Amino acid sequence: MSDVAFAAGGAPHGHSSNGGAHSYLENTGKRKGILSWILSTDHKRIGILYLISIFSFFAVGVVLGVLMRLEMLVPGPTGKIFNAQEYNALFTLHGVIMVFLFVVPGIPATLGNFFLPIQIGAKDVAFPRLNLLSWYLYITGAAIILVSLFMHGLPDTGWTFYVPYSIRTGTDVTTAVFGVFVLGFSSILTGMNFLTTIHRMRAPGMSWFKMPLFVWALYATAWIQVIATPVLAITLLLIIIERVFSVGIFDPAKGGDPVLYQHMFWVYSHPAVYIMILPPMGVVSEIVSTFSHRTVFGYKAVAISSLAIAFIGYLVWGHHMFVAGETETAQFAFSLLTFLVAIPSGIKVFNWVATMYKGSIDLQPPFLFLMAFIMLFAIGGLTGLFLGSVATDVHLTGTYFVVGHFHYIIFGGAVFIFFGALHYWFPKMFGRMYNKKAANISLGFLFVGFNMLYFPMLLLGYEGMPRRYFSYLPQYETLQHVSMVGSWVLVIGLTIMFWNLIRGIRKGEKAPANPWGGTTLEWTIASPPPTENFEEIPVITHEPYYHPDAEMPEEHAVPVAK
Amino acid sequence: MHEQQSHQSGEQAHEEMISYGTYILVWLALIALTCITAVVAGINLAAFTLAVALVIALTKASLVVNIFMHIKFEDKIFKVFLGIAGFTIFVIFTLTFADVFFRR
Amino acid sequence: MAEIAGPVTQAASAGHEAHPHRDIQGAKMGMWLFLLTELLLFAGLFLIYSVYRYFHTAAFHKAGLETHTLLGTVNTMVLLTSSLTMVLSIAAIQRGKKWLCVTFLSTTILAGFVFLGIKYVEWTSEIAKGIYPGSPVLLARSNGEILFFGLYYTMTGLHGIHVIAGMIVLAFMLVLVLRDKINQQDYIKLENAGLYWHLVDIIWIFLFPLFYLIN
Repeated sequence: MSDVAFAAGGAPHGHSSNGGAHSYLENTGKRKGILSWILSTDHKRIGILYLISIFSFFAVGVVLGVLMRLEMLVPGPTGKIFNAQEYNALFTLHGVIMVFLFVVPGIPATLGNFFLPIQIGAKDVAFPRLNLLSWYLYITGAAIILVSLFMHGLPDTGWTFYVPYSIRTGTDVTTAVFGVFVLGFSSILTGMNFLTTIHRMRAPGMSWFKMPLFVWALYATAWIQVIATPVLAITLLLIIIERVFSVGIFDPAKGGDPVLYQHMFWVYSHPAVYIMILPPMGVVSEIVSTFSHRTVFGYKAVAISSLAIAFIGYLVWGHHMFVAGETETAQFAFSLLTFLVAIPSGIKVFNWVATMYKGSIDLQPPFLFLMAFIMLFAIGGLTGLFLGSVATDVHLTGTYFVVGHFHYIIFGGAVFIFFGALHYWFPKMFGRMYNKKAANISLGFLFVGFNMLYFPMLLLGYEGMPRRYFSYLPQYETLQHVSMVGSWVLVIGLTIMFWNLIRGIRKGEKAPANPWGGTTLEWTIASPPPTENFEEIPVITHEPYYHPDAEMPEEHAVPVAK
Repeated sequence: MHEQQSHQSGEQAHEEMISYGTYILVWLALIALTCITAVVAGINLAAFTLAVALVIALTKASLVVNIFMHIKFEDKIFKVFLGIAGFTIFVIFTLTFADVFFRR
Repeated sequence: MAEIAGPVTQAASAGHEAHPHRDIQGAKMGMWLFLLTELLLFAGLFLIYSVYRYFHTAAFHKAGLETHTLLGTVNTMVLLTSSLTMVLSIAAIQRGKKWLCVTFLSTTILAGFVFLGIKYVEWTSEIAKGIYPGSPVLLARSNGEILFFGLYYTMTGLHGIHVIAGMIVLAFMLVLVLRDKINQQDYIKLENAGLYWHLVDIIWIFLFPLFYLIN
């Protein structure tokens, strides 16, 4: 089926010849070796640089996470692997690395960098050198965070850096916070760059509603990066100022208000959740259309819902603070507003399902990742309802339930689709194909391991197991052990997946320009893409998901014969 | 939905020019407003003191943004951008005060 | 920063010829987005200020009496005037008058120095009174006053850093004008630097009544 679609739908934009253009992987410039990469302003090479660095930190975060689970080997305060202080450092580092070094830059910095210009028919982003600078800022920020580990003891505040503890603890919070501050700049620059690129550099004929939905998602994400990140920047700066000059702004002894800190922190950090989840939602729209061989149902609604999610994401931060001492008025307002997020999210999910309906579904690895995503994300979303309503949140907040919910959304949602997106665009990025069977096996391990790891957390939290404790009561032993074993299964899945992908880069069979029958612009150029992306800038005449063999009036739609 | 693809030539020579005189007039207005706000601050207007000071500050800021920063003469999309930022600030203030205002 | 001043549409990468096709609007758009982030950064501080002022209204008034209204007013005028010379320097280059542009631009930078000088006098006089973060004199006072002066030093200090950054950028622009890299055909860099300078001015326009005019 996919071959047919390739023949018919592979070049709807009438531009697929690539002649003898060099692929971006070949060196054509003056520089040789690694310099040709780390000084390159080619958005594709920068995307790969991000990919390598981000997944390196992901690996570190995974190791820390597994160690945290290992700590739960034995209940009670004795016979432990780590002491309390070490455990505090573990969850702080795991959080800081996973949030600020992995998921927040995540898809936009890697696949967004690689595919945004191609999907809109441009040769690069608007500010290529700024793009490279943002990678250097990312590396600098990461290095500063690493330095903080070797200065005055590991930071032990948790990734939220809540005051007043963060201004009093003797560990090296100042350096770590400064690292995150620098990372914020990296994020802002990427956002600015993408916004300008999307506004100014779309190919002729690509009106707003002819943009692929991945681009729409990146657009909404970029706005959050530009508008929300500065608030985090100033908040973190104030922690540093407080620690160095003790001005008193967040010090309760001098009249400072810790609840105000939490407001400021979540003004950024709740929208940041949408920085993490919107790009994957964009990828889902791409995958669902390609493998159902149908145009995205309700395209405009899906596009607008990205903006709506970005907007509503600003209105709900107070639901992180229901027990922090905010007033009942605020609890009521934030709880009510929180439920609004369900509307645009629901619009997306229903339209994805409607896209699959009567489509000709091709169960390739990326689509299977998408199925896993939908299940895990649904559990994440439903558990969110318990935390969004004040009455149940008071019972569940600060327990493993929150940890479970968060990981179902971010790991089960965003990261599973990140993996799916890697499998989707892999043949385009490297011109080779991974072993599909191994990909499916790795997904099996990931899915089972994930649920073993995090579903017990939901149950443990419901039973009252508090988060961030290095110890637990004997009654929780069974579930803690299931969770611990789950973390090992998950690691097996990750190992198989990365082994398969890395092996595919070198030894995989050659992939055609359009192995899945995708319809967006990246599938019209060679795999891997030439340095200049397009020999000549394409002119867009079709909607992005035009499947010529599947276009018929909705009411007469019948499954396309295999 | 496309923004105007103006200035595509890469030459800026054809941008609209604003006279020196206009700029100087705006500057005079800004100085005058500064004097007014400083003098008014000395008078006791009770609760209105802050409001008056902020209205004057907003007026000054909009003069700078519109004339000195050329927003008045730019494409509509630039105004939309400013509107997005302004609205976000409004939302952040409103929702924070939904908590703060009702404390104690 | 330098990049914001001149992206190249469809920029070619390594080794290929670049289209000499500059997107002025794109450059401005990038700059404005950057300015929005600065705006949001200071908005966070203004939020903190307004919350604490709401909590400690009387103390803020009491502390506000101790700031130098006259110096603040003069500094406001210095900064407004520097904004004027900034736009005049752009108006001059638009008309091809290089040396007029250089004169106005130098005046702008000079005004920056004046502003910082006055700021220095102001801060030293406060510090001489024993009022600075963590000082025994200040800690003996009420929480509201501690917060007022904490915010005073933080916000005017951060603004001062922005003034210095702006002056450095303008100094680079001055060099570019002197070398004719900025000229009648191509002055987007100067425009963007000017936008940054005006933003710094706007932030001061709001800092002024909040710290110097609560009597």
